Amino acid sequence: MRIKSLFVGLAAALIATASFAGRGSDGNVSIIYWQAPSILNPYLSGGTKDIESSSMIIEPLARYNETGALVPFLAEEIPTVANGGVSADLKSITWKLKSGLKWSDGSAVTSADVKFTGEYCMDPDGGCAQLEKFDGVTDIATPDDRTIVVSFSASKPNPYGPFVGGQTPILQKKQFANCMGAKAPNCTAENFGPIGTGPFVVTEFKPNDVIQMKANNNYRDPSKPAFATVTFKGGGDATAAGRSVLETGEFDYAWNLQLAPEVIANMEKAGKGVAIAGFGPLVERLEMNMTDPSPSLDADTRSTRKAPHPFLSDINVRKALSMAIDRPLLVEIGYGKAGDVTCDLVPAPDLYAAKNTHCLKQDIAGANALLEKAGWKKGSDGIRAKDGVRLSILYQTSTNAVRQDFQALIKEWWQQIGVETELRNLNASVFFGGDPGSPDTYQKFYADVEMYANTFDGTDPQAYLSAYRCGNEPKPESQWQGANINRYCDPAYDALLDKLSATGDLKKRGEIGIQLNNMLTKDSYTIVPLVHRGRVSAHAKSLGGVVLNTWDSELWNVADWYRIK
Amino acid sequence: MITFIIRRLLIAIPTLVIISLVVFLLLNLAPNDPMAQVPLTVPPEVKQKMREALGLGQPIHIQFFKWLVQFFWIEPQVLIDYLFNTTFSEGKQRIISWQTRSPVMDIVVQRLPQTLWVVGMSYVVGILIALPIGLYSAYKQYSIFDNVGTFVSMVGYSVPPFFSGVFVIVIFSVQLGWLPSIYDTTHTVVDWETFKFQIKQMVMPVMVLALQTTAQINRFMRSASLDNLNQDYVRTARAKGLTEWTIITVHVLRNSMIPVVTVIAINVPYIFGGALITEQVFKVNGIGHQLIGAIYANDLPTVQTITFMFAFLIVSFNLLADIIYGLLDPRIRYD
Amino acid sequence: MIEERNQEKVGSLYRDVWDQFKKHKGAMFGGVIFLLIVISVLVGPFLWPFEANAIDIRSRNQGPSFIHPFGTDQLGRDTLARMLAGGRTSIAVGLCAMALTIFLGTFIGVTAGFYKRLDGPLMRLTDLFLSLPLLPLLLVMMLLFREPLSSAYGPERGMFILIVFAIGITSWMPTARIVRADVLALKEREFVLAAIASGSSNSLVVRRHILPNVLSPILVSATLGIANGIITESALSFLGLGFPPDFPTWGRLLNDAVDYLQQYPERVFWPGLCISLTVLSVSYLGDGLRDALDPRMRKR
Repeated sequence: MRIKSLFVGLAAALIATASFAGRGSDGNVSIIYWQAPSILNPYLSGGTKDIESSSMIIEPLARYNETGALVPFLAEEIPTVANGGVSADLKSITWKLKSGLKWSDGSAVTSADVKFTGEYCMDPDGGCAQLEKFDGVTDIATPDDRTIVVSFSASKPNPYGPFVGGQTPILQKKQFANCMGAKAPNCTAENFGPIGTGPFVVTEFKPNDVIQMKANNNYRDPSKPAFATVTFKGGGDATAAGRSVLETGEFDYAWNLQLAPEVIANMEKAGKGVAIAGFGPLVERLEMNMTDPSPSLDADTRSTRKAPHPFLSDINVRKALSMAIDRPLLVEIGYGKAGDVTCDLVPAPDLYAAKNTHCLKQDIAGANALLEKAGWKKGSDGIRAKDGVRLSILYQTSTNAVRQDFQALIKEWWQQIGVETELRNLNASVFFGGDPGSPDTYQKFYADVEMYANTFDGTDPQAYLSAYRCGNEPKPESQWQGANINRYCDPAYDALLDKLSATGDLKKRGEIGIQLNNMLTKDSYTIVPLVHRGRVSAHAKSLGGVVLNTWDSELWNVADWYRIK
Repeated sequence: MITFIIRRLLIAIPTLVIISLVVFLLLNLAPNDPMAQVPLTVPPEVKQKMREALGLGQPIHIQFFKWLVQFFWIEPQVLIDYLFNTTFSEGKQRIISWQTRSPVMDIVVQRLPQTLWVVGMSYVVGILIALPIGLYSAYKQYSIFDNVGTFVSMVGYSVPPFFSGVFVIVIFSVQLGWLPSIYDTTHTVVDWETFKFQIKQMVMPVMVLALQTTAQINRFMRSASLDNLNQDYVRTARAKGLTEWTIITVHVLRNSMIPVVTVIAINVPYIFGGALITEQVFKVNGIGHQLIGAIYANDLPTVQTITFMFAFLIVSFNLLADIIYGLLDPRIRYD
Repeated sequence: MIEERNQEKVGSLYRDVWDQFKKHKGAMFGGVIFLLIVISVLVGPFLWPFEANAIDIRSRNQGPSFIHPFGTDQLGRDTLARMLAGGRTSIAVGLCAMALTIFLGTFIGVTAGFYKRLDGPLMRLTDLFLSLPLLPLLLVMMLLFREPLSSAYGPERGMFILIVFAIGITSWMPTARIVRADVLALKEREFVLAAIASGSSNSLVVRRHILPNVLSPILVSATLGIANGIITESALSFLGLGFPPDFPTWGRLLNDAVDYLQQYPERVFWPGLCISLTVLSVSYLGDGLRDALDPRMRKR
């Protein structure tokens, strides 16, 4: 009996190794995203859910791996100045495709497809969501079937914008040739079932609901993917997604579980799966309004640089507000292992991380002393005031359980330093929307302080830091569009930005990046970072090969996933 | 009666056009933005270009007119093409969703089956449970049966589905492992086994939804029956020697149905739009789910189209209810 | 019977109603419970030592204890204090929204049912309101009225008015249709025809003969309306369209607690119980009231 079971075990082990090597031998894998994909063409939708779901089907030339380093996908190698792939003046980059690449319909992948993808996105009528990646591109040349030369108008210290990362995968020219410009949205069949080079092909796409996929027979590695089919379900909420992987075991992988740490820990106790965390550059921060949001001002002056803020323009107030915050506690309550304390706007990658520590310890007494010294005296109601200006703050954010807990805590701490706070939470689709007619958008900033999280794509923060340039602030003349949310303006900062965009040497870029970061955070407290947020996802214990990647699509290595038997 | 119906049908047309106009203006006034779900990493200039590509820059009356033409002229052609294999609609611009860039009606058709199966079924179940319970509760007022029925239905009504849904999932999916917590919309019924699975995955959403319906209809049924049980005609019928069964089922039931028919008629259209929380909890992804998703993403063409279909159902069912009043109580006249 | 009632003196009518009401055990019980809830949420916050928003981070996530009988939440706020403070808002919203719903619904329903000429326009208006998508409507209301209301009445009271108004104008339609349907049938009954024939004015007929006879569907709508008000308010807060986040309500407490259902089931239990108890007690109260006001029942 024992011998027999040994044999059975041995046979099972043999089958397991065999299946490990065979395409489509592990059956079905099911993935759940609580935001449902609505389209499989990332150029027509900037949404993370759409970029990540389509990353299983269409691929870029290169991706970032879990450490933020570039790895070639369709390209043979990563072009650099050292290997001659990037020109010395940083004005062009030359990519070479792997040989023998095939689309899932069996035709060959050529440089013409790559060139077409660039033209598709840069078409002025297309409304391409990834246009910024092609910023400064003047020409895409194809000297031969496998070579692509991308030229830029000015020297580009970071030339890895186009065709790198999940945002800009390669489309098939044959399939999308009739979908250029204004016709792009009408190509429903194409947008719902792009022909790609990735490990899977779409068999059925129900928008905002479910995608069914099967293994791509023409995938470049003949032994991959291990799974024959994929069910990609979307919709619902993070709790239900986490439950379906960790507690009921109905799904194998759940994306981005934004849940209280103890909720996740309790779900893990069921033993069906594990939660994994990874960190990108996402930072939850308080933004200080440098301009006056008072409702008594007229629409052309309110929250614009014409009217400086009555008390937040005093750096001592901003600094005291930051000192009063207990960041480790915020992390513990809101994020657990999916968060870390930070004092930086750019907490990662290592090269650009300032790693400041000045804000990590709460100092209520110090904050009180600082305000006292700066002339803000407590009134009879316990609220500080100077020259008739009371420290009374309207603090807004989007609706989200963790953010409301943070609001309650921070209000309490500010109370202790004599600052009165009115809280407001807004519907995310209004808050993050750009309707110039709405008073509640984060750009309009009709509040003194607001809280949200932001990040950048890839590993280079230049564009991210450039947001805080003078004149880039939302204002009535620009229909309240603009990324300089705080209305920060410092000529020295702008000069340093210009220096950054002219510097190619990575080490020097890192130094300048850190300087810029410090100007916004440590030196001026314009931005008060709170938590360096990671991402928590969960996978079933029987799912192998998962490597959580926060620099690119989470499903970047889905070809390597397999079933543990 | 016939002239009444014809008149009402004629009035329905301007009513529906006015409703669609009001909804359109409302949606355009609302401070939403279709770019709200695009990540903050996409710069504002690019978002502005994306908005223009959606046709957002056009004047409102042109947008509205375009929608009218697409809904009343092009979409019916698509339907005719589909039914008779013709090519009337070829190359014509259909109503395109901003979220998915695909025809709105295609998604509606895709979601119809689970909407009818789950939400429609729960409604039927709810009504079938509520009517007899309400009637019997009234007949035996203040009996144990009545008290228990009142208690259960009020608790059922006052506990919101976002709680009751999660509660049954925790019990039946997590603790007991009997039922799936996520509705599989790709499941097709081909044999006994798949049918059993379909029933299994429908049990929880149907029950949670039915609880709400049952509670509401049960309350109205009970109170209307109570009113009627004390009427003179019941006494007369008893004096005539009719059996209790006949009195209750023929006379009392019929006369108590007016408020109940009203509630049912008002709620039937909500099958297509009202079950959103339950659909969300169980991921049934029906039309209600499509509507709420479109509202969040400010996908105006989808919201406008589904809302209009919703309005159409409301107007039709309210007309139907008015006709049924006349059948239930011949004294009601509209002319 | 109606004639009898009309001949009675008003004072004895009230005593009659009260006598009948007292006999209704369920109604008395419901009334007492409802009164207890109202008194405790009105007086409770002054007696209970903890503040609803006082954070005590060291004692967070505690189960029921002597100091915190209902336990504490994830920020260490006392759940009992939050329940008491939340109940005030929830009951106020529920009652006011219900009153507005019933008023609008009854007024429109009776008018449409009684005056044939107004029936068409009013019912088409009802169709329109039934068709409006709730969320965009609320967003527009917030956009237009939040700032003026909060500058006139302060952020919290302004929000209260807005929420009550929002719930009221989006939920009167079923009541209106039900009342109208009943009125349509009543209007053709002998006693109403007789009253009209005897030259009673329209408003007198409505007050004396129509309203008392449509009381039972109105009372059912009212009890369902309170539950609806409390729950809709929680949905609004959940969507970020409701009260400021540091303003507890029962619906919000229930909503926040659903995620912790497995670890801390008591957090869902208390708000759930309070909402149900309120609705139940009001429902029994309504039952008793209906019976007490029904002359046929009184004679039994």
